[in-house]
Amino acid sequence: MSLKQKRMLTRLLAAALLFLSALSLPLTGWARLAAFLLPYAAAGWDVLWRAARNIAHGQVFDENFLMALATVGALAIGEYPEAVFVMVFYQVGELFQHYAVDQSRRSIAALMDIRPDWANVEDSGQLRQVDPEEVAVGDTIVIKPGERIPLDGVVLEGSSSLDTAALTGESLPRQVWPGKDVISGCVNLSGLLKVRVTRPFETSTVSRILELVENSSSKKARAEHFITRFARVYTPIVVLAAAALALLPPLLTPMAWVDSIQRALNFLVVSCPCALVISVPLSFFGGIGGASRDGILVKGGNYLEVLARAEIVVFDKTGTLTQGVFHVTAVHPEGCSEEELLELAALAESWSDHPISRSLKEAWGGVLDAARVSGAEELSGRGIRAAVDGRTLCAGNGRLMEEMGVSWHPCHCAGTTVHVAADGVYLGHIVISDLVKPDARQAVAALRSCGVRKCVLLTGDAQAAGEAVARELGMDQVWTQLLPAHKVERVEALLEECSPRGALVFVGDGINDAPVLSRADVGIAMGGLGSDAAIEAADIVLMDDRPSKIAHAITIARHTLTIVRQNIVFALGIKLMVLVLSALGYASMWAAVFADVGVSVLAILNAMRCLRRPKRL
Amino acid sequence: MKKRFKLHNLDCANCAAKMEAAIQKLDGVNAASVSFLTQRLTLDADDARFEEILRQAAAICKKVEPDCTVVL
Repeated sequence: MSLKQKRMLTRLLAAALLFLSALSLPLTGWARLAAFLLPYAAAGWDVLWRAARNIAHGQVFDENFLMALATVGALAIGEYPEAVFVMVFYQVGELFQHYAVDQSRRSIAALMDIRPDWANVEDSGQLRQVDPEEVAVGDTIVIKPGERIPLDGVVLEGSSSLDTAALTGESLPRQVWPGKDVISGCVNLSGLLKVRVTRPFETSTVSRILELVENSSSKKARAEHFITRFARVYTPIVVLAAAALALLPPLLTPMAWVDSIQRALNFLVVSCPCALVISVPLSFFGGIGGASRDGILVKGGNYLEVLARAEIVVFDKTGTLTQGVFHVTAVHPEGCSEEELLELAALAESWSDHPISRSLKEAWGGVLDAARVSGAEELSGRGIRAAVDGRTLCAGNGRLMEEMGVSWHPCHCAGTTVHVAADGVYLGHIVISDLVKPDARQAVAALRSCGVRKCVLLTGDAQAAGEAVARELGMDQVWTQLLPAHKVERVEALLEECSPRGALVFVGDGINDAPVLSRADVGIAMGGLGSDAAIEAADIVLMDDRPSKIAHAITIARHTLTIVRQNIVFALGIKLMVLVLSALGYASMWAAVFADVGVSVLAILNAMRCLRRPKRL
Repeated sequence: MKKRFKLHNLDCANCAAKMEAAIQKLDGVNAASVSFLTQRLTLDADDARFEEILRQAAAICKKVEPDCTVVL
């Protein structure tokens, strides 16, 4: 509790004591009013002061004004105990509300507390503790066991295990050794690490994640916009209704002024839209915070809203459902040796960083003479064309061979086939297979059990390889041999299929999926660790590459939206009920205060449930 | 230019919404958001007049909630 809040608490206790003694004293007339004015002032002088000051600033219909009007009105018609009680109760509620919001803000902030405080820079054999922002790329930093890695880098010396839980939600430590990349935000668990910094602090993983999460509250969900708009019209309408309620009945019917004014005052007390204005954004914030603890970064409340309606989930294959780690499993040369075929393929792909290229280079194993290759050109979705030793070399899929006018034939092995041709002559093919991620099957099953109607696989890969994976995972549809542009067309066709309430989710590894990620209703990128493209293009980033997190994200989204809806219905319901009751004269001012502050507190407590993990499917 | 500022003593969610609406209407503001939860003002406005716009935004915050100050 902050100092301000403690002071308020003391004031309220004093007010309560004064109130009780005023109740017990047998006073009448002016003395009675004075006795009640004491606790009233003790509890509410600041409300009156703020109301007056805000009116001077042209801010008329705020809470302070409404409370001041209601209680001064109650004093005027001789309802002294009511006036004091309402003021005390209102202040207690406000205090509790601030406290609850502070607490939830703090617990959400704690979830995101991955900012490193310092870095140990090695400077001519000496260690200096500096602010991570002052460390330059190329500096050597030392991370002791138990410390947080301050900047992204590559390990020079030492091996250790890292706790990545704060980033990925994954509890299993990750092993690192010299040559491995490490990312900021992880905690070094066992050994001393010497790391060469590869990125400045502003673009290190930790800063990008913090930036993303902090920005997420500026992308508002529809429900939040609705609430803000609603609040803007709601308060003036209620105040006008209260005025009508105070004036019309005594003029038109024989009702006494005292009664009608009292009803109007109750009306005013209920009228603050605070319960909604706080609890709805808090719910989204809590949902986003809770998701980030599980390694799911959501860029805004609006995406949670859409994700909850997921109906069709479209997957990219490589790196999303499969590990993206390729191994050469067969080499079928035609008219040359196996080594020759592998070497040529590796040379042609030597400039590319595509997983397939990497596996070719790895299978070749030798040192590649880059000088032998010139004019390498990546033909997206097809392969690579390059000049090697003066010959035009093509390495890629069957379509590339067709385009180049090479006569080729498919392979009987399942996997990705890289065909190789030199100067239009077919040299054979190399089969590369990729392994399906261990949780991919479970991921698709989990999506189905949370109501996803259709799972579709889109891949640039060959038909055989794509269909084998689709069968294995139980996909509803599969489209193979797609270029990135075709993927967009496919997704557009699938968007047409979506029911008006449904949403299409695309899951990719973010490497060349950017157009599709942005075309889908929600784009989810895999592999947030280190990949800039993924973090940029996607709406949601899965920090560990596990597809089973998609169903979990949907569960979190639904959980959050259920709570948002509960709060809207609950708060509006109670308020409306009390409004009607007070218009008819059945609700006391006590009920009215409950409908204002009590409802706010309950809605905040309910919103805090968003932080809790929903049951995993 | 887009910058983020911390807000001190932003105590009411409805006020945050009011500030946001008013700041968005300022001339030269491309986008603005006031987050009650993170206690942050995000202001995206013309580079040339940024300082002036920021001053106006801070004045709006003061007007809506007199205790509230923008930490510069």
